[in-house]
Amino acid sequence: MAGAAIHGRLSWLVAEVAGLVEETPRARSLILNCPGWTGHRPGQHIDVRLTAADGYQAQRSYSIAAPADGERVTITVERVENGEVSSYLIDEARVGDRFELRGPIGGYFVWEPGRGQPLFLVAGGSGIVPLMAMIRARLLTESGEPVRCVVSARSLEDVIYREELQRAAARRDGIAVTTTLTRSQPEGWPGPSRRVDREMLSELGWPPSERPLIFVCGPTGFVESVASALVGLGHEPERVRTERFGPTGG
Amino acid sequence: MDGERHLDGNSLGGTLWDLFGREMTDEEGGCGECGAVGLLGQLVVYRDAPGEVARCSSCGAVSIVVVPTPDGLRVTFESIRWVSVGAGNG
Amino acid sequence: MSFVTRGFGGRRGVEAPPDRVPPGQYATSDFPVLSAGPTPRVGLEEWRLTITDTRGTDVSWSWDELQALDHESSKVDIHCVTKWTKLDTSWQGVSLDTLLADVDLTGARDVLAHSYGGYSTNLPLPDLTGGKAWIAHSYEGEPLAPEHGGPARLLVPHLYFWKSAKWVNRLVLLESDRPGFWESYGYHNYGDPWREQRYTGD
Repeated sequence: MAGAAIHGRLSWLVAEVAGLVEETPRARSLILNCPGWTGHRPGQHIDVRLTAADGYQAQRSYSIAAPADGERVTITVERVENGEVSSYLIDEARVGDRFELRGPIGGYFVWEPGRGQPLFLVAGGSGIVPLMAMIRARLLTESGEPVRCVVSARSLEDVIYREELQRAAARRDGIAVTTTLTRSQPEGWPGPSRRVDREMLSELGWPPSERPLIFVCGPTGFVESVASALVGLGHEPERVRTERFGPTGG
Repeated sequence: MDGERHLDGNSLGGTLWDLFGREMTDEEGGCGECGAVGLLGQLVVYRDAPGEVARCSSCGAVSIVVVPTPDGLRVTFESIRWVSVGAGNG
Repeated sequence: MSFVTRGFGGRRGVEAPPDRVPPGQYATSDFPVLSAGPTPRVGLEEWRLTITDTRGTDVSWSWDELQALDHESSKVDIHCVTKWTKLDTSWQGVSLDTLLADVDLTGARDVLAHSYGGYSTNLPLPDLTGGKAWIAHSYEGEPLAPEHGGPARLLVPHLYFWKSAKWVNRLVLLESDRPGFWESYGYHNYGDPWREQRYTGD
């Protein structure tokens, strides 16, 4: 079973950049080829380690953006101001470059198709990355769970995977995506333009009686206010799973 | 608010794996200070420090401290009274 | 050694005279914020600094009382154990010599500094005296920001900066040494950057 390496050593592997996708002005996906990779589950992450010639090392965690696919691991990195690792991965890394990674890591911030429960995904900025792995898995397996996704971004050009999310919603296959743009909106923007709040979550999600499985990911402040609003609406805390990216890292 | 500088226990996933030899973020732990039980992945983690400090999400007591030294990690289990190993199933 | 990453140059420091940068450090123009817990928010009305002597007697100052004492400005280099060094930082505050003049120092050899929020750190008493330490409330001419330890922090620049306890509120004089927060988790008991005393056993 993919990603079933629950026991044993979490070894550092050497991965090679096989492809690059400039997702937005501030975010880039790196498609990595990683010999020895045994698979992963949607929602899990990797640790990336860079080593300079003088021995200095920097390590950061990145969520995996796509479901398991042999030795292929895709991550999406958003630029962090003064971030030494994110600026390397976005500005410097080229196809053919190699660096170390280990994983997959993550136990409960994981979703797998086939459980039949409604899925509610709430993303702040780059928090969409692990949730996209879940959506992509849902699409690939055609497992049929209804999915509602709320994405918060500063502006339209900052919405990572924007077109893919639009296409997923347009398939009329039980996937709904609502984007709220909090800083600037294009002329005639029909969608919401405020921060995700209790009212928005109530309107766009499921009632607690439907017992959706909920995943919230993004900056720490975003995750905490959304999670607390969801619990305030009556959702069971154990069904609200969170992953905070924080202002650190990069 | 503390300026939102903290993360959650998911960020300690790799370190916890190094310690226990397995995925630990979906395992439960009990706080020795307040008695709360929660998933290790839900600990409140401060990483902008000379070490990683994981605190109980209920009472804020220091649960686990990880200090990286040239000779390896030095880990202190401060007020985490117990952890289950093997019950997690993702 | 681990696999070296092409094109990764590591930290970008700034130019600095080598005799001012301790071994293993790099100079930075940033002022990174390091924190082991939530940032305490302390109002000036409630702020107190207390020094407890070896017999348990307290001497306390309110914010206004602290402000009424002799003040000093100091320009010092600071060295964090996470390897950054920042040169020529400007602080304003009250020297520990001024505060300790009102305290009975009988039997006192060491000090355990406590902070709002629960942080602590220990030092030998001689490292707090002789013009080497302050209770600092202003940085670069502005009130010290909470994330950097405001309203006031201990400033002991000749030791690694984890000894300069942010949000300091109590100094306990001791007859024998007791480790504080980082000292009990693996960091060096004394912490001299020039001898690179980062970890226990260094």
